Amino acid sequence: MNESTRGSVVFREVVKKYGQVTALKCLNLSIEPGRLVTLLGPSGCGKTTTLRLIAGLEAATSGAILIGGEDVTHLSATYRKVSMVFQSYALFPHMSVLENVAYGLTVKNMPRREAHEKAEAGLELVGLKGFGARLPSELSGGQQQRVAVARAIVLEPEVLLLDEPLSNLDAKLRRHVREEIRQIQQDLGLTAVYVTHDQEEAMAVSDRIIVMKNAEIAQEGSPRDLYERPGSAFIADFIGDANLVDCEVLAAGEGESEIALAGARLTLPTGAPGTGAAKLVLRPHQIRLSREKIAGGFEGVVSYGAYLGNQTQYTIDSALGELFVVTGETGQPIATGSNVWIGFEPGEARLVSA
Amino acid sequence: MQRTTWLWLLVGLVGYCLVPWYMTEGGFWRFGWLSGIAADADTGAGIWLAFLHGRLYLGAPLPVLAGVAAALLLLADPLRRARAIVALSAAGLGLVMLQGFAVGMNGPRFLTGLFGALGGAEGQAGFGAGATLTLFSLLFMLTTSLSAAGRSTGDAFVTGLIGLIVALVALFVFFPVSTVLVNAFRAPQGGLSLGHFLSEFFSADLWGLSCLTFTDQCGPAINSVLLATMTGATTTLLGLAFALIFTRTNFRAKKLLRLLTVIPIITPPFVIGLALILLFGRTGTVTAIVSYLFDVPKTRWIYGFGGVYLAQVLSFTPIAFLVLIGVVEGISPSMEEASQTLDADAWQTFRRVSFPLMRPGLANAFLLGFIESLADFGNPLVLGGGNYNVLSTEIYFSIVGTIADPSRTAVLSIALLSLTLGAFLLQRRWVGKKSYATVTGKADSGRHAALSRGVKIAAYATALPWAAFTAVVYSMIAFGSVVKLWGYDNTFTLAHYIRAFGIKHTAHGWRFKGVAWDSYFTTLQIATIAAPLTALVGLGTAYLLVRQRFWGKEAFEFSTMLSFAIPGTVIGVSYILAFNFPPIELTGTSIILIIVFVFRNMPVGVRGGIAAMSQLDKSLDEASITLGANSFTTVRRVIRPLMGPAILAALTYSFVRAITSVSAVIFLVSAKHNMATSFIVGRVENGEFGIAIAYSAVLIFTMLAAIVLLQLLVGKRTLRRTDRVAGAP
Ligand SMILES: Nc1ncnc2c1ncn2[C@@H]1O[C@H](COP(=O)(O)OP(=O)(O)O)[C@@H](O)[C@H]1O
Ligand SMILES: [Mg+2]
Repeated sequence: MNESTRGSVVFREVVKKYGQVTALKCLNLSIEPGRLVTLLGPSGCGKTTTLRLIAGLEAATSGAILIGGEDVTHLSATYRKVSMVFQSYALFPHMSVLENVAYGLTVKNMPRREAHEKAEAGLELVGLKGFGARLPSELSGGQQQRVAVARAIVLEPEVLLLDEPLSNLDAKLRRHVREEIRQIQQDLGLTAVYVTHDQEEAMAVSDRIIVMKNAEIAQEGSPRDLYERPGSAFIADFIGDANLVDCEVLAAGEGESEIALAGARLTLPTGAPGTGAAKLVLRPHQIRLSREKIAGGFEGVVSYGAYLGNQTQYTIDSALGELFVVTGETGQPIATGSNVWIGFEPGEARLVSA
Repeated sequence: MQRTTWLWLLVGLVGYCLVPWYMTEGGFWRFGWLSGIAADADTGAGIWLAFLHGRLYLGAPLPVLAGVAAALLLLADPLRRARAIVALSAAGLGLVMLQGFAVGMNGPRFLTGLFGALGGAEGQAGFGAGATLTLFSLLFMLTTSLSAAGRSTGDAFVTGLIGLIVALVALFVFFPVSTVLVNAFRAPQGGLSLGHFLSEFFSADLWGLSCLTFTDQCGPAINSVLLATMTGATTTLLGLAFALIFTRTNFRAKKLLRLLTVIPIITPPFVIGLALILLFGRTGTVTAIVSYLFDVPKTRWIYGFGGVYLAQVLSFTPIAFLVLIGVVEGISPSMEEASQTLDADAWQTFRRVSFPLMRPGLANAFLLGFIESLADFGNPLVLGGGNYNVLSTEIYFSIVGTIADPSRTAVLSIALLSLTLGAFLLQRRWVGKKSYATVTGKADSGRHAALSRGVKIAAYATALPWAAFTAVVYSMIAFGSVVKLWGYDNTFTLAHYIRAFGIKHTAHGWRFKGVAWDSYFTTLQIATIAAPLTALVGLGTAYLLVRQRFWGKEAFEFSTMLSFAIPGTVIGVSYILAFNFPPIELTGTSIILIIVFVFRNMPVGVRGGIAAMSQLDKSLDEASITLGANSFTTVRRVIRPLMGPAILAALTYSFVRAITSVSAVIFLVSAKHNMATSFIVGRVENGEFGIAIAYSAVLIFTMLAAIVLLQLLVGKRTLRRTDRVAGAP
């Protein structure tokens, strides 16, 4: 293995079946070294299965898996240079925190003293210096989480796997811990594969996001790519909120398309997936509301409004269907039942296939 | 994987070239065989017997072992290497087993021409140390390479464990039972015949119904079924009464009730029969009082159905109690509360809600009692009295009687086996899973409904007299052992204890003079060896069943559970029929006793292990594996420390069972290796009740001591852990 491939992960046409259930259809993916890549998708789409295939806890039904350029398809989990942080943390309840962190080192026959020194260093890295003598049951959830991370990284794995590492923490702590994980990953230059079903979490920590759906990859790219250039209605809806409005593409050109929207014809400075029925993606904050008429806008009625302090959310019944709108203007709320005009910047809207 | 394979190859080479292939006369550990290893026909190692002694049929391991070495050295591609070794060692295993079964004591049994030509004409003895080592080596080379060749996630330890347990279960459960089958089909004129079997199996001799018209005795099979039905029904009823009192009333002496569930586990199976004889026999206390008061003649009614039934109900009520406590507790209080908020009174709630919910549990308890009664051997042996025979005793007499008739023994065994298996399958399909699910339900706050007055009175009226009776029966054991001759000469004496367990100081130091010492020490020794092995096999199987996925797992699980339903008598018979001849000749050794205990008690270890392991999160194992530990290290450092209580339970249970069991053992003991229970049965058959009861009392105390000791050992460990908790910053 050379340095440039250390930590890379490649799947070649990997299929995974559990009896009749197909958990992965035909997965091709490639993860570059030193990146934090997130597997994102609704529950049951095959994220955990992908992670377990990398770890070697499941055997692929067919296809090949490469880690660091080496084919590990038939290599058992014990010998893969991969560590995993489990959703339940899976700390050994009968060992102290220090013994937990040193476990991976001692099973590799590292002398006890040295192993404990390294484990201490690992604990310090996650901010748990001095907690080594405690039992896991004597720590809070967030601390246990960090012990699990320390235990995984002291082995200096090629790849660090995290399966929904924050799901057992309360909302406040989540943001803090995810920043810590990201920090450690960047400091150590680790390759990390991070599983979550929470798109905000994925956006916040990832270099790259792989969105999965129904045992396949739906789309992959940087957080910005996915948000600004969704490839399908599913992605548009899953990555950030979106209003998906039915429309018809009349002409699809290079970087420009012409659509029919609620009886009006519009020209958009954006590509289209093809002519025919399509969906127009409008983010809630991209929609402008006004009590006065907007040129080229549409009419609607406020059916619901909610004041959230820093923003106001509205539901509008309009010619485009029911729209969800968020505005930063909180000064003068629009009363329920009022007539309003809706407008949007054609340059911000995106078209996806219906 | 390569290193492991080399290691096993080495073991195989040693076994094949340096250790006697056959069982040696003088015993293995004296090493008298060392001198004759190269050429002696009795103590030679396999390779020399094959190529110097003309027994070419022993030659298969040579090319196999050489082939494995060549594969290890020459094949660079790991996958191809593994596949080559798999093929070679599988072929080796097959060939060695084939020759073992083909060439018997007096020459070839089948494929006569082939094995005759290969030098098998003179016949051979059973597998010895050399053959065993060679077979183990081939087996583990096979499993190690399988783990490297397949697309499974299991490593060499897991595949090795699977291979080992499958091989052991096949050899020590399936092979003996199928030998019984073969014997049952063996016609007197030779050959196998279905007609002969059917006519024997359905003979009036076996299934006679004359007792229903009070004209004659029924056949043993009918006796067994009637007895089992009665026992099952009665124990279920009593068990339910106890369970209701235990869970639904504020009865004071609940601790005593709990005790009731432990006692029978440490009671050898014929002890209750003995106590009943002291009470109701011709010279029994109750008999004497009744005959004095009412001037009725003393009878022998206790020897027959009545006595056996009473003894079995006493023995098996605690099992029903144990099952039904779980069932009664498992009924969610919220359901009962729901019923009561709908204005049902206590009796209506019991009848319309609680009772229907308990029904599967009741059926379960009934079937367990039914199976236990069918399999029971000790009580019918002591109380059957010659003219009341059930299947289990009939089997015994057909083999130790004056005319041993293996074919009849086999037919009887199959009759008994089909009854217990039928009940077992019914229990599994019908109620097994359901009742399990209710016990493991979620914690549910709320209080159980109190019993209605009628149910409460009925429960007390059933349970309390019975509890008193049980207490009397057990106290008889204490009294009976210190009385000179029960019923005739009731003076106090310690003579029975002294005769059994006397120690004398002589010029050469202390001497164990008592007649019981030999069998006592043998029993302890064998129980001590068997207990950890049982726990190992049982928990190992549980580990595979809970934690690993492999092909054929359902069948594997089912077959380990199946051995639960094979009565001890059948196991004993099957071991005699299967292991009296080469290739596996074990009768008369202590090994066969150890093996029989391991495989008879294994299902309990499996169940306990499954229950305990299901509570350990699987991600603990997986965390250990991804941290670079192999499954062996994982088992050693993560699973085992967390399974303390289950290990203790398995150890205790198998130790105690090895001491108390009699049914399988009685067929397998020998003059050299006698066991406590069969010694006691011998005393009973001679009418020496005093010494038999004294010995039983000593056994009960031995087991109590062992249980307490094991508890203390594990108790200490938990203490140490709490120490550390307290000491943490
Ligand atoms: N051990 C298993 N046996 C059978 N089916 C499984 C097993 N593990 C996962 N599956 C199935 O595979 C699919 C993908 O599961 P998983 O990878 O756990 O989803 P995710 O982590 O994305 O929620 C699901 O349909 C799940 O039911
Ligand atoms: Mg998951």
